[in-house]
Amino acid sequence: MAKSKLKDYIYQPEYECLSRSEMENLQSERLKKTVKYVYEHCKPYRAKMDEFKIKPSDIRSVSDLSKLPFTVKHDLRAAYPFGFYSADQKDIVEVHASSGTTGKLTVVGYTQNDIDIWSEVAARSLAMAGVTKDSLVHVAYGYGLFTGGLGAHYGAQKIGASTVPASAGNTIRQLTLLRDFGATHLCCTPSYAIFLGTEIEKAGMNIDDFSLVGGAFGAEPWTYQMREELERLLHIDALDIYGLSEISGPGVAMECMQKCGSHVQEDHFIPEIIDPETLEPLPFGSEGELVFTTITKTGQPLIRYRTRDLCTLTAGKCACGRTTVKMSKVKGRSDDMLIIRGVNVFPSQIEAAIMNVAGVSPHYMIYVDRINNLDVMEIDIELAGNLAPDMVSDIESIKKKVETEVNSYIGLSAKIKLCESGSIQRSEGKAVRVIDRRN
Amino acid sequence: MLVKQLSVFMENRPGRLYKLTHALGKEGIDFVTLSIADTKDFGIVRFIARDNERAYEILKKEGFTVGITELIGVEVDDKPNALAEVVALMEEADMNIEYLYSFVLTNHNTAKILMRVEDTDRAVKLLEEKGIKLLSEKIL
Repeated sequence: MAKSKLKDYIYQPEYECLSRSEMENLQSERLKKTVKYVYEHCKPYRAKMDEFKIKPSDIRSVSDLSKLPFTVKHDLRAAYPFGFYSADQKDIVEVHASSGTTGKLTVVGYTQNDIDIWSEVAARSLAMAGVTKDSLVHVAYGYGLFTGGLGAHYGAQKIGASTVPASAGNTIRQLTLLRDFGATHLCCTPSYAIFLGTEIEKAGMNIDDFSLVGGAFGAEPWTYQMREELERLLHIDALDIYGLSEISGPGVAMECMQKCGSHVQEDHFIPEIIDPETLEPLPFGSEGELVFTTITKTGQPLIRYRTRDLCTLTAGKCACGRTTVKMSKVKGRSDDMLIIRGVNVFPSQIEAAIMNVAGVSPHYMIYVDRINNLDVMEIDIELAGNLAPDMVSDIESIKKKVETEVNSYIGLSAKIKLCESGSIQRSEGKAVRVIDRRN
Repeated sequence: MLVKQLSVFMENRPGRLYKLTHALGKEGIDFVTLSIADTKDFGIVRFIARDNERAYEILKKEGFTVGITELIGVEVDDKPNALAEVVALMEEADMNIEYLYSFVLTNHNTAKILMRVEDTDRAVKLLEEKGIKLLSEKIL
């Protein structure tokens, strides 16, 4: 990528650049208040804390965090729909919900205070992508119960940028709006952004007629190689935005222009990494499951909420000037993990392997079957659209390279099938990458 | 001096060849040649159309993975051993032929051979030196 056209700036240095002790003091104050608040206002939390024989007074600083019990998605579902509210129903101003692959929706209620926090962290995030009052932010996340659309929207509006609520779908219209309105920033899932990028030429348009400089892409894990592809296609700096509706939508963490980890807005959300098996907290630098405690929200604060996302946390001052803890790219969700012939496999590893091979696109689908009691994995991958395929041996060698890469990344062999460009189902929201047919 | 050929990657599943030929047929594109290199999982359809450029545009637009390759075209008498003589020339010069196919147009008494070789420039030079008649796209 040529010299960047955008400028990362710090939206709230008073919170984003605190010393570690200042941050911990702030977190301690807010944590104490939140624990007391949920104990007094949220029945499931009071029951849980009573069961673990913990009183709010036992929590005197962030170092006491590990005394508190975890919260898991199941707890929220068990209280469906509004049983996890700490606030009175009358104070809830917005409701979001995320659909699981199974069972009930997970519902989250936001008070005006929570919406303000969300807007603030989303604004801090977009500032990292250089969004200012002069920017035009095109939001192609879905608007609705899913937090992606409104989260990016609130952040852009908080900054005062022109915000285009395009929502998801209708690719030709998206491209036309992006070009004609002169959007400077795009917010959507990374897989959809790549799809938009590849459709520009087919739509008879030219990327040089677009004004894009950057974008915040999230709601699904993506790799560094995918970033390169996205940056090349759209001529932008592509940054990773992280969020989950239970904690707050997009903006819980965001990558700065250093592009090596996402800053967690830890004055609002305390991150921890735990061992998903033993549930013991792990030190900085260890890989494990990410856990968040919200310390400023009032609608539905969550204590030690297990995200199922696997990553590492690192502390220390970043070259961008921020001092907030950084989380690595999410390697995968512990729920997304496939166990194939006893080996743990994450779709993100397969994606990273595929992206090392020239001649294939980032569009793929993983199929897992059980044949004669043996797990069998097939990966269908589209050839790159610009490939000029004349020789069988060229195609065979691409296939061989993919096989070798995948094998070296996951330690398992997979059957590779090369597909025609455009033949794998595109998603306009979160991409579906795995079809497990073993059950 | 070279002949342009289109190559299309195609998954080995029903309906794909129809989609390709129909996409071109309904636009009035006429094939001069067509051959398929096939493997278990996929094939490469190679063809020359009367209007290669338009055929390329149409297929790109329809989302096919398509490329243009330049082949050496040779015209020989339609008689036994004519192909062998050309191949022998290449072999003597230690030149590798990647693939080759030939066809005969009715009411001509010549056969046309199309081949892809490793080093096109060298092959063209060699064949010209030996007085072999090379085809250009127009002759097709």
